[in-house]
Amino acid sequence: MGDLARFLPRTTESWLVLVLILVVGFLGLATNTFLMPANLVDLVNQSATNLIFAVGLLAVLIAGGIDISFAVAASVVQYIVVMAVLALGGGNWVVGLGLAGLCGFALGAINAALIYYFRIISIVVTIATFNVFFGFLMFVTRGVSIYDIPDWLYDRFNLVEHQTSSGAYIELTLPVVIMIVMVIATWVLLNTLTVGRQLFAMGDNPDGAKRVGINIAAIHFLAYGWLGICAGVGGLMQAHYVREVVPNALYGRELEVLAAVVLGGARLGGGRGTVFGTILGVALIAITQNGLNLLGVSPYAFQMVVGAVILFAITTSNLQTTGLFRRRSAA
Amino acid sequence: MAAAAPAVPLLRVDHVSKMFGGVRALDDVSFELREGEVHCLAGENGSGKSTLIKLISGVYRPEPGAAIRFGEREFSAVTPAIARELGVQVIWQDLALFSHLTVAENIAFEQNLGGRFRWVRRRNLREAARATLSRLGFAIDVERPLMELSIAQRQLVAIARALVADARIVFMDEPTASTTQAETRALFEVVRKLSADGIAVVFVSHRLAEVMAIAERVTVLRDGRQVGVFRADEMSPARLTELMTGRQFDESVHARDRSRAGIVLKAEALSRDGEYEDISFQLHAGEILGITGLLGAGRTELASTLFGLNRPDRGRFLLNGEECRFGSNRGAIDAGIAYVPEDRLTLGLVQAQSIADNTVMAAMDRIASTSGVIDGRRKSHLVGNWIGQLAIRVGEPDDPVRTLSGGNQQRVVLAKWLATEPKVLILDSPTVGVDVGARAGIFAIVRELAEAGIAIILISDEIPEVYQNADRVLHMRGGRLVDAYDPRSARIETIEAAVHG
Amino acid sequence: MSRVFASGRGEFLGLLLLLAFVIVIFGVTTPRFLSFPTFRSLAFQMPELGLLTLAMLIPILSGGLNLAITFTANIAALSLAWVVASAGGPEAGVAFIVVAIAAAILVGAFVGWAMGMIVAYTGAHPILVSLSMMIFLRGVGEFLTRGGDISGFPGYFAHLGHGSLGGVPIPLILFILAAIGWHFLLRHTRLGFAIHMIGSNPEATRYSGIDTRRALVMVYLLSGLMCAIAGIIMAARFNSVRVGHGEAYLLITVLACFLGGVDPFGGFGRTSSVFLALVILQTIATGLNLLGANQHLATGLWGLFLIVVMVARWALRRSGLVRLGGLE
Repeated sequence: MGDLARFLPRTTESWLVLVLILVVGFLGLATNTFLMPANLVDLVNQSATNLIFAVGLLAVLIAGGIDISFAVAASVVQYIVVMAVLALGGGNWVVGLGLAGLCGFALGAINAALIYYFRIISIVVTIATFNVFFGFLMFVTRGVSIYDIPDWLYDRFNLVEHQTSSGAYIELTLPVVIMIVMVIATWVLLNTLTVGRQLFAMGDNPDGAKRVGINIAAIHFLAYGWLGICAGVGGLMQAHYVREVVPNALYGRELEVLAAVVLGGARLGGGRGTVFGTILGVALIAITQNGLNLLGVSPYAFQMVVGAVILFAITTSNLQTTGLFRRRSAA
Repeated sequence: MAAAAPAVPLLRVDHVSKMFGGVRALDDVSFELREGEVHCLAGENGSGKSTLIKLISGVYRPEPGAAIRFGEREFSAVTPAIARELGVQVIWQDLALFSHLTVAENIAFEQNLGGRFRWVRRRNLREAARATLSRLGFAIDVERPLMELSIAQRQLVAIARALVADARIVFMDEPTASTTQAETRALFEVVRKLSADGIAVVFVSHRLAEVMAIAERVTVLRDGRQVGVFRADEMSPARLTELMTGRQFDESVHARDRSRAGIVLKAEALSRDGEYEDISFQLHAGEILGITGLLGAGRTELASTLFGLNRPDRGRFLLNGEECRFGSNRGAIDAGIAYVPEDRLTLGLVQAQSIADNTVMAAMDRIASTSGVIDGRRKSHLVGNWIGQLAIRVGEPDDPVRTLSGGNQQRVVLAKWLATEPKVLILDSPTVGVDVGARAGIFAIVRELAEAGIAIILISDEIPEVYQNADRVLHMRGGRLVDAYDPRSARIETIEAAVHG
Repeated sequence: MSRVFASGRGEFLGLLLLLAFVIVIFGVTTPRFLSFPTFRSLAFQMPELGLLTLAMLIPILSGGLNLAITFTANIAALSLAWVVASAGGPEAGVAFIVVAIAAAILVGAFVGWAMGMIVAYTGAHPILVSLSMMIFLRGVGEFLTRGGDISGFPGYFAHLGHGSLGGVPIPLILFILAAIGWHFLLRHTRLGFAIHMIGSNPEATRYSGIDTRRALVMVYLLSGLMCAIAGIIMAARFNSVRVGHGEAYLLITVLACFLGGVDPFGGFGRTSSVFLALVILQTIATGLNLLGANQHLATGLWGLFLIVVMVARWALRRSGLVRLGGLE
């Protein structure tokens, strides 16, 4: 390795920062629109749902599991919440968010219960619930979208509004605020609350966690439940952003989000992952998509690029831990 | 010490039993612990020591009818939370630590427990960890992630974790397995200090002499039943072994002179950075060469090189006069080198798969055609042959290996390698997890193999077994070979003093 | 590998009973169920699903998973379609079809090989590797086809999907041959032996001198190859190729493996039981179809069924009646 290695970043996060700087620098030079405030603000607004999903998924990955059902669970929540508030006569943001969180938690708890009580591996459980959620949602709704959503969900809700000299609006929208709240909440949960440390411990060494006296069942419900809450809240933000509820709108989103979280340094097998890395992972994928768009590359190429990036990322990051640097793996 | 037992013991367990799928792992055992005593729990593998610890610490629930009394409080079963609340702490053999968390969090993880949402108090964690470490005299940076620590340091972290809280009873499951003599002495100091503070310490260790030096009483278990409780100062390792197994053992030295036989394996100044340094030795046909030393002395690393799992940085080794440069362990196996790893559970055998498949696993060339099709008849012939020759007691060759006892499992490992017809057989701690009673059988086989001309390297930190079975004993320390002994002329105490000194 | 014979036979008998039960239920509830056309359509539909299940089986046996199977099949079929299209589409000669099929198989095997290399040499988790490969392949496919169909095959190519030999559908013949091949591979060859051992404990297998990396590369290569064959059959049956075709099969292949008694952690499983599980699932699919069940309802029911199967396995293991798979 020699001298060069000293100048290379050491952590996943610093690698991502470096790559982000390079990508942003390239896009700034190659396009004249990327660095425009309006584009950047739109990028943040667009990414809100994904980042809310991502921090929830982070909790599950740290706990040593995986979940691919959360995106369709979010669609289910969208339907339930909108139908419920319409039936109740309108509602408001507080009711909507509370209901979304509650429904999301319930769906996550289904996964947790199946994984914990019946000892089924999480990927199999969530493949099953993915199909259950999606299949029954499409069946019950007959694939029909809801355009007539409550006013509070329909109307733009800007906390900050500013018109630039070029005439474009810069808005700090509600989804962005909620996104910031959920990111901070996840950080608080994982790093400053004792249950968060129990989450890390369980993902790290499940058997040891049990013997230390951690309530494994509760931590399962915490991890999958938190993802459920994030899914519910994120789903509501997506409905607000597009101003309609489409049953298959979030179908497939789980892979994009999973890719971002894994890119951010979380790994299957548990115990690893940071909120900061997750933010960077989501940012990198969002910027890549935005950049490809601005460069006039076909939107179809996006998935291909994301797949290639993520394949590259897991290949190289695992090379580091298996022998290339002659490091002993942890016992 | 304590002149008379107090009226109410610190812990009293009566009539505990535990069934696992129809097998009685623990059968109506009673156990008593006094305040401030150091108690040894002795027994072979499967005698129920670990099960008893898990019942008292709440990991398992005993069968109905049990009584667990902590002073005046009585339970029919405890949960981990109750056990901790009553001051029960366990240092598990596999440590049960969290490799991605810091040392401080590992040691003071208890502060993170509890169902309600609470803030993590990092400063408290660090201070508690530092205080405990300094009380124990261990120097470890509490901010480092655990995965950066050596195995021995992790052991110290596990000890510190057990003592960070207000413990009243501390179980130590093989706490000295990988500590150096100095660390063991420090640990014993700690144990004496705890005992003076009124904390009861229960030791489980396979180093009987060591335990005898510190324990006051010994509870012996055999086949899940209690054999009895004895005063340690009235015991000897030999007597204890007899109680544990119900049998007496031959302690004679079997060394022979094989120096006139041809040289099979020759190492010339082998070095691998950070692992071992300047290793030279000769191994003769039919010779049993013992290599002893503490864990971490570089023994296993040297064996890995000879077995082709890694390459030396400098030096070379020759097999029958030809230099070996193995690309992988396949090359070593083809050249006639076999390796019985220390970790039989995860490296030696595929526990879930059948005895037959494990037996033929390394010798597929002998039962498969060049196109890769397995000849079923040749397979069952090979399996039957080795099961018979090594007298492996099996129900069916198709049963999973994990249904066998430790001793029979080790025979399957030997069968697997003998099926490759090796010239050199490296045994790395072959009796770990093998009952005392079954060890003699394993060594009888090993000596027979040597008689048949196979050159054997016997690596072990159990000095008596190396002393009794090897023809020559090399002492490895800090990655170097520091001394050689002939068991026929050297005294075992000399070797023990050199290794542990 | 050869586990207690009695339990393997018990598993097979249990599945036979379940099959009989399913047939009786549909026979009673659906008047047209017990008829020749029903079984004909069953025989034509099962091979695609079956081939994909075989592609899923060996990665699971080796302790992994291949979530990219359907898109590997799509990409392989796309390769076939392009070769055919460049050779004149419907007017392409037989020689070109042979070349096109070879190209499809090569592409499928190559995709599998790439996944195998990553899994074997970097130690990355197969779920992650195959998931990202799935994202990548779907991206490639959608990018190249712009989300549309590619169609226009010569008429005789359709025989591969619709034709019969002596009354037996050609796809079914291909599938049965593939299943027998898989059975032989897994039971009677060194590679099959290595796959089972790796599934239970890769490190101990490596210590015994088995080249576990090479074996893992072969696992995913063969899986990719089987996907390609499934892709070719699908192209022949639908006379077109579209990315995303057969996506719903992923769940059912996993379901078939677990219903067939394969251990989710690897190391144990029988091709014969998985074959029987497939027949059961295809019977249910055909029955649901006849009952006029909505496609989405069926998706939901498959998900529920997978949960039921896993819970049933848990209950059986717990009761100690059947020793399913390896370690707890």
